[in-house]
Amino acid sequence: MPEIESFTVNFGPQHPAAHGVLRLVLEMEGEVIHKADPHVGLLHRATEKLAETKPYNQSIGYMDRLDYVSMMCNEHGYVLAIEKLLGIKPPIRAQYIRVMFDEITRILNHLMWLGAHAMDIGAMTVFLYCFREREDLMDVYEAVSGTRMHATYYRPGGVYRDLPDKMPQYEPSPYRSAKELEELNEARSGSVLDFIEHFADRFPARIDEYETLLTDNRIWKQRTVNIGVVSPERAMQLGFSGPMLRGSGVVWDLRKHQPYEVYDQLDFDIPVGKNGDCYDRYLVRVEELRQSTRIIKQCVEWLKKNPGPVMIDDRKIAPPRRIEMKDDMESLIHHFKLFTEGYSVPEGEVYAAVEAPKGEFGVYLISDGANKPYRVKVRAPGFPHLAAMNEMVKGHMLADVVAVIGTQDIVFGEIDR
Amino acid sequence: MYPVKTFLMTELLAGLRLTLKHFFTRKATVLYPEEKTPKSPRFRGLHALRRYPNGQERCIACKLCEAVCPAQAITIESGVGPDGTRRTTRYDIDLFKCIYCGFCEEACPVDAIVETRIHEFHMERRGENIMTKDKLLAVGDKYEAMIAADKAADAPYR
Repeated sequence: MPEIESFTVNFGPQHPAAHGVLRLVLEMEGEVIHKADPHVGLLHRATEKLAETKPYNQSIGYMDRLDYVSMMCNEHGYVLAIEKLLGIKPPIRAQYIRVMFDEITRILNHLMWLGAHAMDIGAMTVFLYCFREREDLMDVYEAVSGTRMHATYYRPGGVYRDLPDKMPQYEPSPYRSAKELEELNEARSGSVLDFIEHFADRFPARIDEYETLLTDNRIWKQRTVNIGVVSPERAMQLGFSGPMLRGSGVVWDLRKHQPYEVYDQLDFDIPVGKNGDCYDRYLVRVEELRQSTRIIKQCVEWLKKNPGPVMIDDRKIAPPRRIEMKDDMESLIHHFKLFTEGYSVPEGEVYAAVEAPKGEFGVYLISDGANKPYRVKVRAPGFPHLAAMNEMVKGHMLADVVAVIGTQDIVFGEIDR
Repeated sequence: MYPVKTFLMTELLAGLRLTLKHFFTRKATVLYPEEKTPKSPRFRGLHALRRYPNGQERCIACKLCEAVCPAQAITIESGVGPDGTRRTTRYDIDLFKCIYCGFCEEACPVDAIVETRIHEFHMERRGENIMTKDKLLAVGDKYEAMIAADKAADAPYR
């Protein structure tokens, strides 16, 4: 009987550890991977093409659905590109709100990543704890935009609405005593900003909890240390960005090196790894959680002191306030014009990028002067990361594929677009 | 020191201590559906068409919502109403197409179409995903007090 040298395994597209619809064709020799061939496109929804068919603002909601665990960062990239072409800048308060929500999104994303990554490698509990904190941030999303995930909150020229003065509270129920209810609503008694501040105060202790469970844990270390090592040179050649690049020791963060909005006025550090393995990337992301909390605190402090407009005062781009629209004929005309035709963007092409939780999320926009983009190209950070899959898992065991998928923080919404 | 730590499994025990601590703290979950997590007045759930306090439909068939809808989930046909004013003869929202972005509510100049805080709805048969004008008005009539309170709470920000 001839001996079988190597065989092929289909990993996914329906595999709980494949983070969505990843299909990996693995060529194995026993337990060892020879070649990993990722097949993408199963979640392709033609977002870029779709954006060509509708006025600029109407695509904001579709940007949420690209990387569906870092919603507002995607919106930010798209909105930033439009603003660059229009040559406008949002009011300073809107910039702070955006930065704050970018960081909240970063925490949301990293918590999701940490939970899912840990659960893939066998640590169930972290997942539950991460989701407990995610819930609080989801509530912030909901209080501000009206949805827990797909916010559609950023607009070219600012954000849709200012932060509300009241945080929604738990209602009494027969299953909770008055004291319990009061405890639940304690953080919610003030404004949304108070709630966020309260969260930022208690969150570092929660990060310590995750670290207690993982950082020194021998099982965790056995599964991550020296797995999927990428050298700094190779990471740059492969087009990595975000924690994947920083995990390899390259100091590169758009928030520091190409500051947008008010990042240059905020005090934060960018964590950098050393060995470029899964464990270093884990450490980088956990430290990013702490740094994001720091940024959020600074934003909350500023926002509390400085009320003001959150939308640009330009009736050709931003609709008038409702009260004006109902009283004033010209405002009504602007309102109708903006919601039917939208605004026209001057001819030209532009690239705008933000430091999304996963890396550099960029939008390349070409306008022919119409009210719809001529072409939108989304630069998704996950795509180059996934493209390096073969390199990262070659020579590792099958079980390490799961660790590498986890460490790459892959979300198919953005890769397949 | 390191071999001692390894032998004593300190880091594993620290983790176990943490989970044990959480075993005795209050649960973070709520008893859905008896209890629900808080929802803000901005919540974007099921749609409704509102009426004025005197019972007249608010919608004037300006079709702004139809124009602004990114998913093209809204279909409107207009005609002359019983009182001789411009009204919709058809107002359909396809809940399967809708992406709940809230643009219709944002665009509506008369606050007729709104997204309510109702999020627990379902369909049992084919075609029930189409919210016809009657269904939308029925939702609006049933929950008018709640909708009015929510919209009033959010009015200062819009």
